[in-house]
Amino acid sequence: MNAVTAPRVLASYRLSFSTAFFAALFDGFAGLLTAWVLVRYRFPGKDLLDALVDLPFALPTAVAGICFATLYSPIGWLGQLLAGWNVQVINSPIGIVIALIFIGFPFIVRTIQPVLEEMEQEIEEAAQCLGATRWQTFRKILFPHLFPALLTGVTLAFARGIGEYGSVIFIAGNLPMKTEIAPLMIMSKLDQFDYAGASAVALVLLCISFTMLLALNAVQEWQQKEYRS
Amino acid sequence: MTQAEKSIGNSPVVKKRISDPRSVQVLLIGLTYLFFIGFIFLPLGLVFSQAFEKGWGFYLDSIHEPYALEAVKLTLLTVAIVVPVNAVFGVSAAWAITKFNFKGKSALKSLLDLPFAVSPVIAGLIFVLLVGSRTPFGSWLGELGIKIIFSTPGIVIATIFVTFPFIARELIPLMEAQGRDEEEAALTLGAKGWQIFGQITLPNIRWGLLYGMILCGARSIGEFGAVSVVSGHIRGQTNTIPLHVEILYSEYNFTASFAVASLLVFLALLTVVLKRGIEKHFQKNSFHH
Repeated sequence: MNAVTAPRVLASYRLSFSTAFFAALFDGFAGLLTAWVLVRYRFPGKDLLDALVDLPFALPTAVAGICFATLYSPIGWLGQLLAGWNVQVINSPIGIVIALIFIGFPFIVRTIQPVLEEMEQEIEEAAQCLGATRWQTFRKILFPHLFPALLTGVTLAFARGIGEYGSVIFIAGNLPMKTEIAPLMIMSKLDQFDYAGASAVALVLLCISFTMLLALNAVQEWQQKEYRS
Repeated sequence: MTQAEKSIGNSPVVKKRISDPRSVQVLLIGLTYLFFIGFIFLPLGLVFSQAFEKGWGFYLDSIHEPYALEAVKLTLLTVAIVVPVNAVFGVSAAWAITKFNFKGKSALKSLLDLPFAVSPVIAGLIFVLLVGSRTPFGSWLGELGIKIIFSTPGIVIATIFVTFPFIARELIPLMEAQGRDEEEAALTLGAKGWQIFGQITLPNIRWGLLYGMILCGARSIGEFGAVSVVSGHIRGQTNTIPLHVEILYSEYNFTASFAVASLLVFLALLTVVLKRGIEKHFQKNSFHH
C-alpha cells in the first residue's frame, strides 16, 4: 500500500494520465483530419500517406524513442528551432506528449476511416438541398455519425499511452517527480528487486486498463446500436 | 451489373458530387502534410542522416559488430518461433469463437484484447512473477536446469503473449462474415474435420492469416517493454535488436545506435508496404464478389 501512495509514484500516475490524455486529444483532431483528407480528397502523395499511417505501429517503439529524443535535443533539427522560442521539449512532459501522439495516431485514423468510407453521401446532399451550409452539415450530420468511432480510437490511444514505455523513456529524461512515467516506476522497482512494490504499482495500472477495456466494449456496443438505427 | 455500368458507378465524377471548396481542401491537405512532416517524415529522415553520419564504413561496421549480429540472430530466432506459434493459437481461437457456441465465449473474446490494453512492462512483470527464480515454480525449474527469465525462453514467451491477439483479431471478423455454410456443406458430403479445415477454411482465410502474421511479426521484432523486463540485457546472449539500440544510445554511441535502428526502420517500411499490398488485394477481391 505504501508503494502505491508514495509521492513519487503518485506523481508518475498523474504524469502518465495527463500526458496520455493530451496526446489522445491531439490525436483525435489529427486523426480525424487525416482520415477525412484520405477518404474525401484526391491529391498527390495520397497513397504514400495512407500507407505511412501505420508506420508508428510497425516501427519499434525504441527506435521512435531515440528519433524524437534526437530530433528535439538542443542541437537537434527541431530542438534548435524551438530553443529560439524558449520551448524545451526534451526532459519535459511536452516531450512525453509528443512521443505518445506518434504512438496513438494510427488507432484513430484506422477506426474512423472505414466508417467514413461507408457513409452515404445522400444524407449530406439532402442537408445541402435543405439549405444547410457545409460547416452545418459537418457539425450536425457527419460529426455525430463519426463520434462513436472517434471515441473508440481516442480511448485506444489513451489506453496505449498510459502503458507506453519504449518511446517515452528516451525523450522524458526520467527526472523523479517531474518526468517519470508509471511504467518506468515498475521498471525501476524491478531493477531494485522490489517485486512487491512493482506489483503494487502494476496492479493499479491493471485495474485502470480493465476499466478502460470495459468502457471500450460499452462504446463499441453503443456504436453498433447507433449504426443500426 | 455490366462492365459499363460498373465503371460509371465508381467513377470519381459521381463520387465527388458534393465537395468542399478548393481553398478548404488545400488548407486541410496542407495541415495533414504538416503533421506527417513533423511526426513521420522528419523522424525517418533523421534515422538515415544519423546512421550515415560517419560514412558507409562506420555504418557497415556497426551492423557487422559481433554483439549486433548476436542481437539480430536472437531477434530472428524469436520471430521464427513466435509467428508460427501465434498463427496456430490465432487460427484455433478464431475457429473456436466463430464456428462453435460454448459457455464463456464472449469472455474469451474480450480476453483476446488484454495484451493490447495492458502495458508491455506489466506483461513482462507477470512472467517474472510467475517463473522468476524467486518463485516456487521458477526455483523448481531452476533445479531442473531450466532458466526462463533472463534467457531466450523468457524473451520468446513474453513476445508470444504480447503479440497473440493480432492474428485472431484479423481472422474473427473474416470468419464471422464467411459463416459456417461451406463447412456444413462439406460435412454433409462426408468430409472429415481435417479435410474441411485444410480444403475449405484455410484457403478462405489465407490472406487474413498472412495479414495477421505480418502484423504479429512486426510487433515481435520491435517489442521492447516486455522483453526489456525479462531479458536482463546480457550482451551477446539476451539482447534483441531494440535492446541493442537502447544500449548503444545510452552509451552515447549515437551513430552506431541509429545504424542498427535503420535496420528496424527498413523492416517497418517493408511491413507497411506488404500490409498495403494485401489490403489492395482484399479490395480487388471483394469487388469481384
